[in-house]
Amino acid sequence: MDIMFIIVSVITAGALGFIFGGGLAYAAKVFSVEKNPKIEEVAEVLPNANCGACGYAGCNAYAEAVVEYDENITLCIPGGKEVADKIAQILGKKAGETVAKVAYLKCKGTHALAKDKAIYNGINDCKAAVLVAGGNKVCEYGCLGLGTCEKVCPFDAIHIGEEGLPVVDDEKCTGCGVCVEACPKNVLDLMPKDNKVYLACSSQDKGKTVKDYCKVGCISCTLCVKKCPVGAISMKGNLPVIDFEKCTNCGVCVHICPTKSYIDKIRNRSKFFIDTKCTGCTKCISVCPVKAISGNEGEKHTIDPNKCIGCGLCVPACPEGAIKIMGALGYGQKVE
Amino acid sequence: MGAEKLLVIVVSAIFINNIILSRFLGICPYIGVSKKLGSAIGMGFAVIFVLTIASSVTYLIYVLFLYPSTNNFWYWITGKMYDLTYLRTITFILVIASLVQLVEMVVQKISPPLYKALGIYLPLITTNCAVLGISVLNIEENYNFIESTIHGFAVGIGFTLVLILMAGLREKLDLMDLPKPFEGPAIAFILAGLMSIAFLGFAGLKF
Repeated sequence: MDIMFIIVSVITAGALGFIFGGGLAYAAKVFSVEKNPKIEEVAEVLPNANCGACGYAGCNAYAEAVVEYDENITLCIPGGKEVADKIAQILGKKAGETVAKVAYLKCKGTHALAKDKAIYNGINDCKAAVLVAGGNKVCEYGCLGLGTCEKVCPFDAIHIGEEGLPVVDDEKCTGCGVCVEACPKNVLDLMPKDNKVYLACSSQDKGKTVKDYCKVGCISCTLCVKKCPVGAISMKGNLPVIDFEKCTNCGVCVHICPTKSYIDKIRNRSKFFIDTKCTGCTKCISVCPVKAISGNEGEKHTIDPNKCIGCGLCVPACPEGAIKIMGALGYGQKVE
Repeated sequence: MGAEKLLVIVVSAIFINNIILSRFLGICPYIGVSKKLGSAIGMGFAVIFVLTIASSVTYLIYVLFLYPSTNNFWYWITGKMYDLTYLRTITFILVIASLVQLVEMVVQKISPPLYKALGIYLPLITTNCAVLGISVLNIEENYNFIESTIHGFAVGIGFTLVLILMAGLREKLDLMDLPKPFEGPAIAFILAGLMSIAFLGFAGLKF
Protein backbone atom coordinates (compact mmCIF):
# COMPACT_ATOMS: atom_id res chain seq x y z
CA MET A 1 0.00 0.00 0.00
CA ASP A 2 1.46 3.21 -1.18
CA ILE A 3 1.04 6.20 1.12
CA MET A 4 0.81 8.31 -2.03
CA PHE A 5 -2.27 6.32 -3.04
CA ILE A 6 -4.08 7.36 0.10
CA ILE A 7 -3.02 10.97 -0.33
CA VAL A 8 -4.10 10.99 -3.96
CA SER A 9 -7.51 9.51 -3.07
CA VAL A 10 -8.08 12.01 -0.31
CA ILE A 11 -7.04 14.89 -2.51
CA THR A 12 -9.22 13.71 -5.39
CA ALA A 13 -12.37 13.29 -3.31
CA GLY A 14 -11.65 16.37 -1.23
CA ALA A 15 -10.82 18.59 -4.15
CA LEU A 16 -13.86 17.48 -6.14
CA GLY A 17 -16.08 18.17 -3.15
CA PHE A 18 -14.43 21.52 -2.59
CA ILE A 19 -14.68 22.53 -6.24
CA PHE A 20 -18.31 21.53 -6.57
CA GLY A 21 -19.27 23.05 -3.24
CA GLY A 22 -17.44 26.28 -4.00
CA GLY A 23 -18.77 26.29 -7.53
CA LEU A 24 -22.32 25.97 -6.27
CA ALA A 25 -21.82 28.74 -3.76
CA TYR A 26 -20.40 30.95 -6.46
CA ALA A 27 -23.14 30.02 -8.94
CA ALA A 28 -25.78 30.77 -6.32
CA LYS A 29 -24.46 34.34 -6.25
CA VAL A 30 -23.99 34.72 -9.98
CA PHE A 31 -27.30 33.20 -10.93
CA SER A 32 -29.33 34.47 -8.01
CA VAL A 33 -32.72 35.74 -9.07
CA GLU A 34 -33.74 38.73 -7.07
CA LYS A 35 -36.98 38.19 -5.29
CA ASN A 36 -38.82 40.32 -2.88
CA PRO A 37 -38.05 38.77 0.55
CA LYS A 38 -41.59 39.55 1.57
CA ILE A 39 -42.86 36.90 -0.83
CA GLU A 40 -41.20 34.23 1.27
CA GLU A 41 -42.50 35.75 4.48
CA VAL A 42 -46.05 35.78 3.15
CA ALA A 43 -45.70 32.25 1.78
CA GLU A 44 -44.67 31.05 5.21
CA VAL A 45 -47.76 32.53 6.81
CA LEU A 46 -50.13 30.94 4.31
CA PRO A 47 -51.56 27.49 5.14
CA ASN A 48 -49.59 25.86 2.30
CA ALA A 49 -52.40 23.48 1.47
CA ASN A 50 -52.26 24.69 -2.15
CA CYS A 51 -56.04 24.34 -2.36
CA GLY A 52 -56.41 27.04 -4.98
CA ALA A 53 -59.34 28.74 -3.25
CA CYS A 54 -57.69 32.13 -3.84
CA GLY A 55 -57.73 31.49 -7.58
CA TYR A 56 -53.98 31.08 -7.88
CA ALA A 57 -52.03 27.93 -8.69
CA GLY A 58 -50.79 27.55 -5.14
CA CYS A 59 -49.84 29.32 -1.97
CA ASN A 60 -46.54 30.53 -3.44
CA ALA A 61 -48.23 31.97 -6.49
CA TYR A 62 -50.71 33.77 -4.27
CA ALA A 63 -47.92 35.10 -2.06
CA GLU A 64 -46.21 36.48 -5.14
CA ALA A 65 -49.42 38.09 -6.36
CA VAL A 66 -50.06 39.65 -2.96
CA VAL A 67 -46.60 41.17 -2.70
CA GLU A 68 -45.87 42.05 -6.32
CA TYR A 69 -49.23 42.81 -7.84
CA ASP A 70 -51.11 44.25 -4.90
CA GLU A 71 -53.64 41.41 -4.82
CA ASN A 72 -56.41 41.40 -2.22
CA ILE A 73 -54.99 39.88 0.97
CA THR A 74 -58.25 38.36 2.18
CA LEU A 75 -58.55 35.79 -0.59
CA CYS A 76 -57.15 32.94 1.49
CA ILE A 77 -60.33 31.31 2.76
CA PRO A 78 -58.79 28.37 4.67
CA GLY A 79 -56.45 30.77 6.47
CA GLY A 80 -59.28 33.14 7.23
CA LYS A 81 -58.90 36.31 9.25
CA GLU A 82 -55.85 35.05 11.10
CA VAL A 83 -53.75 34.71 7.96
CA ALA A 84 -55.09 37.93 6.46
CA ASP A 85 -54.03 39.74 9.64
CA LYS A 86 -50.54 38.27 9.47
CA ILE A 87 -50.15 39.20 5.81
CA ALA A 88 -51.40 42.67 6.65
CA GLN A 89 -48.73 42.90 9.32
CA ILE A 90 -45.99 41.90 6.88
CA LEU A 91 -47.13 44.30 4.19
CA GLY A 92 -48.32 47.08 6.46
CA LYS A 93 -51.83 46.91 5.07
CA LYS A 94 -55.20 46.73 6.74
CA ALA A 95 -57.10 43.46 6.60
CA GLY A 96 -60.75 43.40 5.76
CA GLU A 97 -63.19 40.89 7.15
CA THR A 98 -63.18 37.35 5.91
CA VAL A 99 -66.23 35.33 6.78
CA ALA A 100 -65.54 31.68 7.60
CA LYS A 101 -67.55 29.58 5.21
CA VAL A 102 -68.47 25.95 4.80
CA ALA A 103 -69.79 23.99 1.88
CA TYR A 104 -73.34 22.65 1.95
CA LEU A 105 -75.40 20.42 -0.27
CA LYS A 106 -78.47 21.90 -1.89
CA CYS A 107 -80.17 18.54 -2.32
CA LYS A 108 -81.83 16.06 0.00
CA GLY A 109 -82.84 13.53 -2.61
CA THR A 110 -81.36 10.22 -1.55
CA HIS A 111 -82.09 7.23 -3.76
CA ALA A 112 -84.96 6.32 -1.46
CA LEU A 113 -86.57 9.76 -1.75
CA ALA A 114 -85.78 10.89 -5.28
CA LYS A 115 -86.56 8.74 -8.30
CA ASP A 116 -83.86 7.30 -10.55
CA LYS A 117 -84.52 7.27 -14.26
CA ALA A 118 -81.99 4.56 -15.07
CA ILE A 119 -79.34 2.37 -13.55
CA TYR A 120 -75.95 3.97 -14.13
CA ASN A 121 -73.10 1.53 -14.65
CA GLY A 122 -70.45 3.81 -16.10
CA ILE A 123 -67.38 5.48 -14.66
CA ASN A 124 -67.88 6.19 -10.98
CA ASP A 125 -67.72 9.94 -11.24
CA CYS A 126 -70.39 12.65 -11.39
CA LYS A 127 -68.74 14.47 -14.26
CA ALA A 128 -68.80 11.31 -16.38
CA ALA A 129 -72.35 10.46 -15.35
CA VAL A 130 -73.62 13.90 -16.33
CA LEU A 131 -72.50 13.25 -19.89
CA VAL A 132 -74.92 10.34 -20.12
CA ALA A 133 -78.28 12.11 -20.40
CA GLY A 134 -77.54 14.35 -17.44
CA GLY A 135 -77.13 11.65 -14.84
CA ASN A 136 -79.33 8.89 -13.49
CA LYS A 137 -81.76 10.97 -11.44
CA VAL A 138 -85.10 12.02 -12.84
CA CYS A 139 -84.64 15.42 -11.20
CA GLU A 140 -82.17 17.22 -13.38
CA TYR A 141 -81.04 19.43 -10.49
CA GLY A 142 -80.37 16.65 -8.00
CA CYS A 143 -77.11 15.40 -6.54
CA LEU A 144 -75.86 12.25 -8.26
CA GLY A 145 -73.86 11.17 -5.22
CA LEU A 146 -70.98 9.60 -7.15
CA GLY A 147 -68.46 11.52 -5.11
CA THR A 148 -66.59 13.89 -7.41
CA CYS A 149 -66.62 16.35 -4.51
CA GLU A 150 -65.20 13.70 -2.18
CA LYS A 151 -62.29 13.10 -4.55
CA VAL A 152 -61.39 16.75 -5.07
CA CYS A 153 -61.66 17.91 -1.45
CA PRO A 154 -58.12 18.84 -0.35
CA PHE A 155 -59.08 18.70 3.33
CA ASP A 156 -60.85 15.32 3.51
CA ALA A 157 -63.94 17.20 4.67
CA ILE A 158 -66.61 15.79 2.38
CA HIS A 159 -67.63 12.15 2.18
CA ILE A 160 -70.44 10.20 0.60
CA GLY A 161 -72.70 9.26 3.48
CA GLU A 162 -74.65 6.10 4.06
CA GLU A 163 -77.61 7.38 2.09
CA GLY A 164 -75.53 8.07 -1.00
CA LEU A 165 -75.30 11.84 -0.68
CA PRO A 166 -72.18 13.80 0.25
CA VAL A 167 -71.93 14.92 3.86
CA VAL A 168 -69.80 17.92 4.74
CA ASP A 169 -67.73 17.77 7.90
CA ASP A 170 -68.04 21.35 9.15
CA GLU A 171 -65.03 20.95 11.43
CA LYS A 172 -62.72 20.06 8.57
CA CYS A 173 -64.29 22.16 5.83
CA THR A 174 -62.41 25.38 5.25
CA GLY A 175 -64.79 26.78 2.66
CA CYS A 176 -62.18 26.75 -0.09
CA GLY A 177 -64.86 26.00 -2.65
CA VAL A 178 -62.97 23.38 -4.63
CA CYS A 179 -65.95 21.02 -4.43
CA VAL A 180 -68.33 23.80 -5.49
CA GLU A 181 -66.23 24.30 -8.61
CA ALA A 182 -65.98 20.58 -9.31
CA CYS A 183 -69.66 19.69 -8.92
CA PRO A 184 -71.16 19.31 -12.39
CA LYS A 185 -74.71 19.63 -11.02
CA ASN A 186 -74.01 22.81 -9.05
CA VAL A 187 -75.70 21.40 -5.98
CA LEU A 188 -72.89 22.45 -3.68
CA ASP A 189 -72.51 26.00 -2.45
CA LEU A 190 -70.83 27.91 0.33
CA MET A 191 -72.54 29.51 3.28
CA PRO A 192 -71.28 31.32 6.38
CA LYS A 193 -70.20 28.91 9.08
CA ASP A 194 -72.39 30.65 11.66
CA ASN A 195 -75.55 29.92 9.71
CA LYS A 196 -77.27 26.74 10.66
CA VAL A 197 -80.37 26.63 8.47
CA TYR A 198 -80.48 26.16 4.73
CA LEU A 199 -82.68 24.95 1.91
CA ALA A 200 -81.55 21.56 0.68
CA CYS A 201 -83.05 21.69 -2.78
CA SER A 202 -82.01 23.36 -5.99
CA SER A 203 -84.81 22.31 -8.29
CA GLN A 204 -86.19 25.07 -10.48
CA ASP A 205 -88.97 22.76 -11.70
CA LYS A 206 -92.60 23.59 -11.06
CA GLY A 207 -94.20 22.30 -7.87
CA LYS A 208 -96.11 19.46 -9.45
CA THR A 209 -93.11 18.18 -11.38
CA VAL A 210 -90.97 18.29 -8.27
CA LYS A 211 -93.59 16.32 -6.37
CA ASP A 212 -93.51 13.62 -9.02
CA TYR A 213 -89.73 13.42 -8.97
CA CYS A 214 -88.76 13.74 -5.34
CA LYS A 215 -90.37 13.44 -1.94
CA VAL A 216 -88.29 16.18 -0.32
CA GLY A 217 -88.04 18.68 -3.17
CA CYS A 218 -89.16 22.26 -2.80
CA ILE A 219 -92.57 22.75 -4.41
CA SER A 220 -92.35 26.55 -4.36
CA CYS A 221 -95.29 26.99 -1.98
CA THR A 222 -93.65 30.20 -0.68
CA LEU A 223 -94.81 29.38 2.86
CA CYS A 224 -91.31 29.97 4.20
CA VAL A 225 -91.11 33.36 2.51
CA LYS A 226 -94.32 34.42 4.22
CA LYS A 227 -93.49 32.97 7.62
CA CYS A 228 -89.88 34.09 7.98
CA PRO A 229 -89.94 36.50 10.92
CA VAL A 230 -86.98 38.54 9.67
CA GLY A 231 -87.87 38.55 5.97
CA ALA A 232 -84.65 36.80 5.05
CA ILE A 233 -86.23 34.50 2.47
CA SER A 234 -87.22 35.60 -1.00
CA MET A 235 -88.27 33.71 -4.13
CA LYS A 236 -85.81 33.44 -6.96
CA GLY A 237 -87.51 31.67 -9.83
CA ASN A 238 -89.18 28.62 -8.36
CA LEU A 239 -86.89 28.43 -5.35
CA PRO A 240 -86.75 30.35 -2.09
CA VAL A 241 -83.35 31.84 -1.31
CA ILE A 242 -82.14 32.62 2.20
CA ASP A 243 -80.26 35.84 2.76
CA PHE A 244 -77.67 34.48 5.17
CA GLU A 245 -76.88 37.93 6.51
CA LYS A 246 -80.43 38.50 7.65
CA CYS A 247 -81.11 34.94 8.81
CA THR A 248 -81.21 34.47 12.58
CA ASN A 249 -81.26 30.64 12.50
CA CYS A 250 -84.67 30.61 14.17
CA GLY A 251 -85.65 27.52 12.23
CA VAL A 252 -89.21 28.54 11.53
CA CYS A 253 -88.79 27.69 7.85
CA VAL A 254 -87.52 24.24 8.76
CA HIS A 255 -90.61 23.67 10.85
CA ILE A 256 -93.07 25.16 8.44
CA CYS A 257 -91.87 23.56 5.20
CA PRO A 258 -94.49 21.04 4.03
CA THR A 259 -91.97 18.97 2.05
CA LYS A 260 -89.22 19.12 4.70
CA SER A 261 -86.82 20.58 2.15
CA TYR A 262 -84.96 22.62 4.74
CA ILE A 263 -82.12 21.31 6.86
CA ASP A 264 -81.44 22.50 10.38
CA LYS A 265 -77.87 21.85 11.49
CA ILE A 266 -78.86 22.38 15.12
CA ARG A 267 -80.13 19.03 16.26
CA ASN A 268 -82.51 18.89 19.23
CA ARG A 269 -83.11 22.57 19.72
CA SER A 270 -83.76 23.40 23.36
CA LYS A 271 -87.26 24.44 24.38
CA PHE A 272 -88.04 27.69 26.12
CA PHE A 273 -89.97 28.41 29.29
CA ILE A 274 -91.35 31.53 30.99
CA ASP A 275 -90.34 32.27 34.56
CA THR A 276 -92.10 34.27 37.27
CA LYS A 277 -91.00 37.67 35.99
CA CYS A 278 -93.77 37.45 33.36
CA THR A 279 -96.25 40.29 33.61
CA GLY A 280 -98.65 38.90 31.05
CA CYS A 281 -98.15 41.54 28.36
CA THR A 282 -98.98 39.05 25.52
CA LYS A 283 -96.18 40.41 23.35
CA CYS A 284 -94.58 36.98 23.09
CA ILE A 285 -97.86 35.41 22.04
CA SER A 286 -98.06 37.56 18.96
CA VAL A 287 -94.45 36.81 18.05
CA CYS A 288 -94.52 33.02 18.40
CA PRO A 289 -94.68 31.49 14.91
CA VAL A 290 -96.09 28.17 16.09
CA LYS A 291 -98.58 29.47 18.65
CA ALA A 292 -96.93 27.58 21.48
CA ILE A 293 -97.49 30.35 24.04
CA SER A 294 -100.80 30.70 25.77
CA GLY A 295 -102.17 32.82 28.61
CA ASN A 296 -104.54 35.70 29.16
CA GLU A 297 -103.49 39.30 29.51
CA GLY A 298 -102.23 40.07 32.99
CA GLU A 299 -101.58 36.41 33.83
CA LYS A 300 -98.34 34.44 33.61
CA HIS A 301 -98.01 32.90 30.18
CA THR A 302 -96.87 29.36 29.55
CA ILE A 303 -95.04 27.76 26.65
CA ASP A 304 -96.23 24.38 25.46
CA PRO A 305 -92.98 22.38 25.19
CA ASN A 306 -94.58 20.05 22.65
CA LYS A 307 -95.29 22.91 20.29
CA CYS A 308 -92.18 25.04 20.93
CA ILE A 309 -89.59 24.66 18.14
CA GLY A 310 -86.84 26.48 19.97
CA CYS A 311 -86.65 29.38 17.55
CA GLY A 312 -86.00 31.89 20.31
CA LEU A 313 -88.02 34.68 18.70
CA CYS A 314 -89.96 35.31 21.90
CA VAL A 315 -86.80 36.00 23.93
CA PRO A 316 -86.05 39.46 22.53
CA ALA A 317 -89.78 40.22 22.38
CA CYS A 318 -90.21 39.91 26.17
CA PRO A 319 -89.73 43.29 27.89
CA GLU A 320 -89.10 41.64 31.26
CA GLY A 321 -86.49 39.10 30.13
CA ALA A 322 -88.67 36.35 31.52
CA ILE A 323 -88.14 33.77 28.78
CA LYS A 324 -85.29 31.34 29.32
CA ILE A 325 -83.88 28.30 27.62
CA MET A 326 -84.42 24.94 29.25
CA GLY A 327 -81.05 23.45 30.06
CA ALA A 328 -77.77 24.95 28.94
CA LEU A 329 -77.23 27.02 25.82
CA GLY A 330 -75.71 24.18 23.90
CA TYR A 331 -75.58 25.54 20.38
CA GLY A 332 -74.45 28.56 18.49
CA GLN A 333 -77.82 30.18 18.17
CA LYS A 334 -77.93 33.93 17.98
CA VAL A 335 -80.04 34.68 21.04
CA GLU A 336 -79.67 38.11 22.54
CA MET B 1 -19.87 0.74 -37.04
CA GLY B 2 -20.18 3.95 -35.01
CA ALA B 3 -23.66 4.99 -36.06
CA GLU B 4 -24.87 1.40 -35.98
CA LYS B 5 -23.70 0.94 -32.41
CA LEU B 6 -25.35 4.18 -31.37
CA LEU B 7 -28.66 2.97 -32.86
CA VAL B 8 -28.37 -0.27 -30.94
CA ILE B 9 -27.67 1.67 -27.76
CA VAL B 10 -30.68 3.93 -28.30
CA VAL B 11 -33.16 1.16 -29.12
CA SER B 12 -31.99 -1.08 -26.33
CA ALA B 13 -32.05 1.78 -23.81
CA ILE B 14 -35.58 2.79 -24.75
CA PHE B 15 -37.24 -0.58 -25.24
CA ILE B 16 -35.21 -3.65 -24.41
CA ASN B 17 -33.45 -2.53 -21.27
CA ASN B 18 -35.94 0.11 -20.30
CA ILE B 19 -34.69 1.79 -17.15
CA ILE B 20 -37.96 1.35 -15.27
CA LEU B 21 -39.48 -1.79 -16.64
CA SER B 22 -36.40 -3.99 -17.08
CA ARG B 23 -33.77 -2.48 -14.82
CA PHE B 24 -36.22 -1.41 -12.10
CA LEU B 25 -34.47 1.88 -11.43
CA GLY B 26 -36.29 5.15 -10.86
CA ILE B 27 -39.40 3.45 -9.48
CA CYS B 28 -39.94 6.30 -7.02
CA PRO B 29 -40.83 9.01 -9.57
CA TYR B 30 -42.50 6.34 -11.69
CA ILE B 31 -45.12 5.78 -9.00
CA GLY B 32 -44.94 9.20 -7.40
CA VAL B 33 -45.25 11.54 -10.37
CA SER B 34 -47.43 9.45 -12.66
CA LYS B 35 -50.76 10.63 -11.27
CA LYS B 36 -51.27 13.39 -13.79
CA LEU B 37 -50.21 13.49 -17.41
CA GLY B 38 -49.04 17.09 -17.19
CA SER B 39 -46.63 16.54 -14.33
CA ALA B 40 -45.46 13.25 -15.87
CA ILE B 41 -44.41 15.08 -19.02
CA GLY B 42 -42.63 17.74 -16.96
CA MET B 43 -40.83 15.13 -14.90
CA GLY B 44 -39.95 13.15 -18.03
CA PHE B 45 -38.27 16.09 -19.72
CA ALA B 46 -36.44 17.04 -16.53
CA VAL B 47 -35.09 13.48 -16.36
CA ILE B 48 -33.97 13.51 -20.01
CA PHE B 49 -32.22 16.79 -19.35
CA VAL B 50 -30.42 15.66 -16.21
CA LEU B 51 -29.57 12.18 -17.49
CA THR B 52 -27.92 13.52 -20.63
CA ILE B 53 -25.81 16.05 -18.77
CA ALA B 54 -25.04 13.73 -15.85
CA SER B 55 -23.87 10.84 -18.03
CA SER B 56 -21.47 13.01 -20.00
CA VAL B 57 -20.07 14.80 -16.95
CA THR B 58 -19.70 11.68 -14.81
CA TYR B 59 -17.95 9.98 -17.73
CA LEU B 60 -15.46 12.83 -17.94
CA ILE B 61 -14.86 12.83 -14.20
CA TYR B 62 -14.36 9.08 -14.23
CA VAL B 63 -11.85 9.13 -17.09
CA LEU B 64 -10.00 12.22 -15.95
CA PHE B 65 -9.69 11.50 -12.24
CA LEU B 66 -10.58 7.96 -11.32
CA TYR B 67 -9.67 5.49 -14.04
CA PRO B 68 -5.97 4.62 -14.24
CA SER B 69 -4.83 5.45 -17.76
CA THR B 70 -2.46 7.75 -19.57
CA ASN B 71 -5.25 10.31 -19.84
CA ASN B 72 -5.59 10.52 -16.08
CA PHE B 73 -4.98 13.78 -14.29
CA TRP B 74 -2.72 12.15 -11.73
CA TYR B 75 -0.67 10.48 -14.47
CA TRP B 76 0.07 13.88 -15.95
CA ILE B 77 1.14 15.24 -12.56
CA THR B 78 2.92 12.36 -10.85
CA GLY B 79 3.69 10.09 -13.76
CA LYS B 80 2.17 7.18 -11.85
CA MET B 81 -1.18 5.48 -12.25
CA TYR B 82 -3.54 5.38 -9.31
CA ASP B 83 -6.65 3.20 -9.44
CA LEU B 84 -9.26 5.37 -7.79
CA THR B 85 -12.25 3.57 -9.32
CA TYR B 86 -13.43 2.54 -5.87
CA LEU B 87 -14.37 6.22 -5.32
CA ARG B 88 -16.83 5.91 -8.21
CA THR B 89 -20.12 5.87 -6.28
CA ILE B 90 -19.34 8.71 -3.92
CA THR B 91 -17.93 10.98 -6.64
CA PHE B 92 -20.85 10.30 -8.94
CA ILE B 93 -23.38 11.15 -6.25
CA LEU B 94 -21.46 14.33 -5.51
CA VAL B 95 -21.27 15.27 -9.16
CA ILE B 96 -24.91 14.52 -9.92
CA ALA B 97 -26.26 16.32 -6.87
CA SER B 98 -24.28 19.49 -7.42
CA LEU B 99 -24.85 19.36 -11.16
CA VAL B 100 -28.60 19.26 -10.74
CA GLN B 101 -28.45 22.16 -8.33
CA LEU B 102 -26.33 24.12 -10.75
CA VAL B 103 -28.59 23.36 -13.68
CA GLU B 104 -31.59 24.47 -11.64
CA MET B 105 -29.96 27.79 -10.82
CA VAL B 106 -28.85 28.41 -14.39
CA VAL B 107 -32.26 27.55 -15.80
CA GLN B 108 -33.97 29.79 -13.28
CA LYS B 109 -31.78 32.69 -14.28
CA ILE B 110 -31.68 32.17 -18.02
CA SER B 111 -35.08 30.81 -18.87
CA PRO B 112 -37.92 31.39 -16.39
CA PRO B 113 -40.50 29.64 -18.59
CA LEU B 114 -38.35 26.50 -18.75
CA TYR B 115 -37.82 26.78 -15.00
CA LYS B 116 -41.55 26.91 -14.48
CA ALA B 117 -42.00 23.78 -16.58
CA LEU B 118 -39.13 21.74 -15.09
CA GLY B 119 -38.30 23.64 -11.93
CA ILE B 120 -40.22 21.72 -9.31
CA TYR B 121 -39.08 18.38 -10.68
CA LEU B 122 -35.38 19.12 -10.90
CA PRO B 123 -34.60 18.84 -7.17
CA LEU B 124 -36.50 15.56 -7.10
CA ILE B 125 -34.06 14.04 -9.55
CA THR B 126 -31.01 14.95 -7.48
CA THR B 127 -31.20 11.70 -5.60
CA ASN B 128 -32.84 9.62 -8.30
CA CYS B 129 -31.24 6.20 -8.48
CA ALA B 130 -31.79 6.08 -12.23
CA VAL B 131 -29.29 8.87 -12.79
CA LEU B 132 -26.60 7.24 -10.70
CA GLY B 133 -27.46 3.86 -12.21
CA ILE B 134 -26.98 5.05 -15.76
CA SER B 135 -23.71 6.79 -14.92
CA VAL B 136 -22.41 3.54 -13.47
CA LEU B 137 -23.77 1.51 -16.38
CA ASN B 138 -21.96 3.74 -18.86
CA ILE B 139 -18.71 2.76 -17.15
CA GLU B 140 -19.60 -0.91 -16.86
CA GLU B 141 -20.46 -1.12 -20.55
CA ASN B 142 -17.19 0.56 -21.54
CA TYR B 143 -18.95 3.26 -23.52
CA ASN B 144 -16.92 6.17 -24.84
CA PHE B 145 -17.91 9.80 -24.29
CA ILE B 146 -20.39 10.08 -27.17
CA GLU B 147 -21.91 6.70 -26.48
CA SER B 148 -22.34 7.59 -22.81
CA THR B 149 -24.10 10.84 -23.63
CA ILE B 150 -26.37 9.20 -26.20
CA HIS B 151 -27.08 6.36 -23.80
CA GLY B 152 -28.05 8.80 -21.06
CA PHE B 153 -30.32 10.66 -23.46
CA ALA B 154 -31.97 7.48 -24.73
CA VAL B 155 -32.55 6.18 -21.24
CA GLY B 156 -34.25 9.49 -20.46
CA ILE B 157 -36.48 9.01 -23.50
CA GLY B 158 -37.34 5.49 -22.35
CA PHE B 159 -38.12 6.78 -18.87
CA THR B 160 -40.35 9.54 -20.21
CA LEU B 161 -42.15 7.15 -22.54
CA VAL B 162 -43.02 4.73 -19.77
CA LEU B 163 -43.88 7.51 -17.33
CA ILE B 164 -46.29 9.06 -19.80
CA LEU B 165 -47.87 5.69 -20.63
CA MET B 166 -48.31 5.06 -16.91
CA ALA B 167 -49.78 8.51 -16.28
CA GLY B 168 -52.29 8.04 -19.08
CA LEU B 169 -53.35 4.70 -17.65
CA ARG B 170 -53.54 5.99 -14.11
CA GLU B 171 -55.68 8.95 -15.08
CA LYS B 172 -58.19 6.45 -16.44
CA LEU B 173 -57.68 4.21 -13.45
CA ASP B 174 -58.67 7.00 -11.08
CA LEU B 175 -62.16 6.92 -12.49
CA MET B 176 -62.59 3.17 -12.12
CA ASP B 177 -64.64 1.57 -9.42
CA LEU B 178 -61.90 -0.32 -7.64
CA PRO B 179 -62.08 -2.44 -4.51
CA LYS B 180 -60.87 -0.34 -1.59
CA PRO B 181 -57.63 -2.27 -0.89
CA PHE B 182 -56.48 -1.79 -4.48
CA GLU B 183 -56.94 1.96 -4.66
CA GLY B 184 -53.98 4.26 -5.24
CA PRO B 185 -50.42 2.93 -5.38
CA ALA B 186 -51.51 -0.69 -4.93
CA ILE B 187 -53.13 -0.96 -8.34
CA ALA B 188 -50.34 1.18 -9.78
CA PHE B 189 -47.79 -1.44 -8.76
CA ILE B 190 -49.88 -4.22 -10.30
CA LEU B 191 -50.15 -2.14 -13.45
CA ALA B 192 -46.40 -1.54 -13.41
CA GLY B 193 -45.85 -5.30 -13.23
CA LEU B 194 -48.12 -5.91 -16.21
CA MET B 195 -46.36 -3.20 -18.20
CA SER B 196 -43.05 -4.75 -17.30
CA ILE B 197 -44.20 -8.10 -18.64
CA ALA B 198 -45.40 -6.40 -21.82
CA PHE B 199 -42.02 -4.71 -22.29
CA LEU B 200 -40.36 -8.07 -21.82
CA GLY B 201 -41.59 -8.79 -25.32
CA PHE B 202 -38.99 -6.37 -26.69
CA ALA B 203 -36.26 -8.69 -25.43
CA GLY B 204 -36.89 -10.71 -28.59
CA LEU B 205 -35.64 -7.82 -30.79
CA LYS B 206 -32.52 -8.81 -32.67
CA PHE B 207 -30.09 -6.74 -34.66
